[in-house]
Amino acid sequence: MSALNPVVTVYVPRDSTALALGADQVAADITEQARQRGVNIKLIRNGSRGMFWLEPLVEVATAEGRIAYGPVETEDVAGLFDADFLNGGQHRLALGLVEEIPYLKKQERLTFARVGITDPLSLEDYLAHEGYAGLRRALDMSSEAVVQEVLDSGLRGRGGAAFPTGIKWKTVAATQAAQKYIVCNADEGDSGTFSDRMVMEDDPFMLIEGMTIAALAVGASHGYIYVRSEYPHAIAALNHAIVSASNANYLGENILGSHSSFHLEVRKGAGAYICGEETALLESLEGKRGVVRAKPPLPAIEGLFGKPTVINNVISLASVPVILARGAAFYKNYGMGRSLGTLPMQLAGNIRHGGLVEKAFGVTLRELLIDFGGGTASGKPIRAVQVGGPLGPYLPPSLFDTKLDYEAMAAVGGMLGHGGIVVFDDSVDMAKQARYAMEFCASESCGKCTPCRIGSTRGVEVIDKIVAGEPRQAVVQIKLLRDLCDTMVNGSLCAMGSMTPLPVLSALDHFPEDFGDGALNQAA
Amino acid sequence: MQIEPSSHVPQAVPSDPSVDLNQVRIIIEEFKTLPGAMLPVLHAIQDALGYVPPSVVPLIADELNLSRAEVHGVISFYHHFRQQPAGRHIVQICRAEACQAVGADALAAHAKAALGCDFHGTSSDGQFTLEPVYCLGQCACGPNMQIDDDLHARVSNDKFNRVVRAKRGVQ
Ligand SMILES: Cc1cc2nc3c(=O)[nH]c(=O)nc-3n(C[C@H](O)[C@H](O)[C@H](O)COP(=O)(O)O)c2cc1C
Ligand code: SF4
Ligand code: FES
Repeated sequence: MSALNPVVTVYVPRDSTALALGADQVAADITEQARQRGVNIKLIRNGSRGMFWLEPLVEVATAEGRIAYGPVETEDVAGLFDADFLNGGQHRLALGLVEEIPYLKKQERLTFARVGITDPLSLEDYLAHEGYAGLRRALDMSSEAVVQEVLDSGLRGRGGAAFPTGIKWKTVAATQAAQKYIVCNADEGDSGTFSDRMVMEDDPFMLIEGMTIAALAVGASHGYIYVRSEYPHAIAALNHAIVSASNANYLGENILGSHSSFHLEVRKGAGAYICGEETALLESLEGKRGVVRAKPPLPAIEGLFGKPTVINNVISLASVPVILARGAAFYKNYGMGRSLGTLPMQLAGNIRHGGLVEKAFGVTLRELLIDFGGGTASGKPIRAVQVGGPLGPYLPPSLFDTKLDYEAMAAVGGMLGHGGIVVFDDSVDMAKQARYAMEFCASESCGKCTPCRIGSTRGVEVIDKIVAGEPRQAVVQIKLLRDLCDTMVNGSLCAMGSMTPLPVLSALDHFPEDFGDGALNQAA
Repeated sequence: MQIEPSSHVPQAVPSDPSVDLNQVRIIIEEFKTLPGAMLPVLHAIQDALGYVPPSVVPLIADELNLSRAEVHGVISFYHHFRQQPAGRHIVQICRAEACQAVGADALAAHAKAALGCDFHGTSSDGQFTLEPVYCLGQCACGPNMQIDDDLHARVSNDKFNRVVRAKRGVQ
């Protein structure tokens, strides 16, 4: 019977955005329909391809490849069976071969190569898709050679500051200590960012492998992944994967029979944006309030519990396996200038085709917003985009031809941050966005510096006065706001206080008409 | 280890008979040897009791060898930890930029009206506590909310009502 009626593999994502759009119910419905109709299916819960407007995106394995249907809702499931979707049948929701969907096809997926394809919790699946090839190669190399490979790849930290990862590792490797740590910064607090979440939920072994390679490279025996409490699905996936990796000796004592040992643990944050800042994160891991430490000493020299510590973002660490597996030259072949490799960018907010786009550095904002994103979801014109999280400036359409590269963005007063792009249509009130930036800083400041702690509260009040005030008063208040921003930039210890002025001033500079009388504004 | 006798006595804090201190002791015992045990301990207590009652502060301080002020300082620093009991379900509405761009403010206003409470408040039937959250990582499909551990994307007012009604029905 099975020869006549082979088992068909069906994929329904388990990524949390897919879940938020009903993927669990769709998976249950597909299983139930198959049972009722007496057909044999194998249902795999894969990760998401990152085309979120199509989620839940159901895929069926056929002789030609994986055929996609989406977005599938509960009421579509019976119809899909009627249309013989298990054999790639035609249906209103049919999208053809998933790999041929332009949004996906035009990407350059190095870090996200497996994401959406495999079952994230299956170690066998991971191994069958080049998983642990990087670690195997690293185990055959000296630790110096591993560090050199990462240095040569040109990989810069993807968490925001863009500091070369290899140099950080080299410092930790060169520091003598009985105990060293690898800490993964999985706090991903920026609005509009979800690539870290996707790695953790949709390919957790890749992060574990990257951290293990980092441990070999610097001589660390223990690691922590600090995940924000807002990501329960990521925490569950990581814990599951850590157990599987440990059982198969990819973690633990004498990894794969080598002399290296590495133990890994997930720690849950507690809803504080500032704990994404690396030293605040270390304080939090130590069980304290997440207050920023003054540097020096660098965490590479005195980090967690005073020991040398590599602290890297999820994507930085997740980029390491492919660099080791394919070599530094392969990786640095992508990108431009001093921004090498690829960046997983995230299209969010008021955008028609929101999702994850991994491309080599050098793609323009316009390509992302229009070619990939398809413009706004509301159909109205785009008025502003905020790139780089809540501390990133708001950019007007006149800057959309800027290439996404750390230096090119900086040259127009922008930043790339963690690659989050939040789109607003023309209904946005930029004075309100500026006020929100100040309010966010006031609520999330760690409290160490006065300009950040108090300045942000004053900032909210001043913006309120500008919006409510008489034109003549507005001139004075706008001058006051600029002075205040100056003080915050110059008097703050970390980027929370020193960069909150970016969204505020960019709103004022690019969208003065939203702050009362435009002409008076410019005069101020 | 020398500990002041007074800090040994949890009864020095107004004791709350509804809190099972024995359960809390077991939790602390389980986690206290972890390096940096504080957050894991607080999470476990909140997961078990729904909040971190003031009456457990002296216990934690004793067991982790810290002052009560330090323990209190940590609890109050983090938005996630609450010091009062919450409603049966926690409703979190995302208020960050990507959700703002697609109507999060209007959703928040609707949620407040529908539940009859402000942020950090609880509906009068004790079922729902409303909390703001700054990004749930679902930013491509906002506005977003989470009830307990269930995520919901592209939440319209109608969808909000349906989800809340379903939670009520599940009691
Ligand atoms: C206020 C603030 C918040 C930050 N939040 C994050 C975060 O959520 N995730 C992250 O990886 N880095 C964040 N960073 C950057 C980290 O401090 C640090 O640069 C990064 O973890 C280093 O890793 P990388 O070199 O791999 O990027 C933040 C920095 C600041 C100042
Ligand atoms: S700038 Fe703000 S968040 Fe950063 S250290 Fe100072 S007070 Fe803390
Ligand atoms: S901004 Fe709302 S989920 Fe990210």
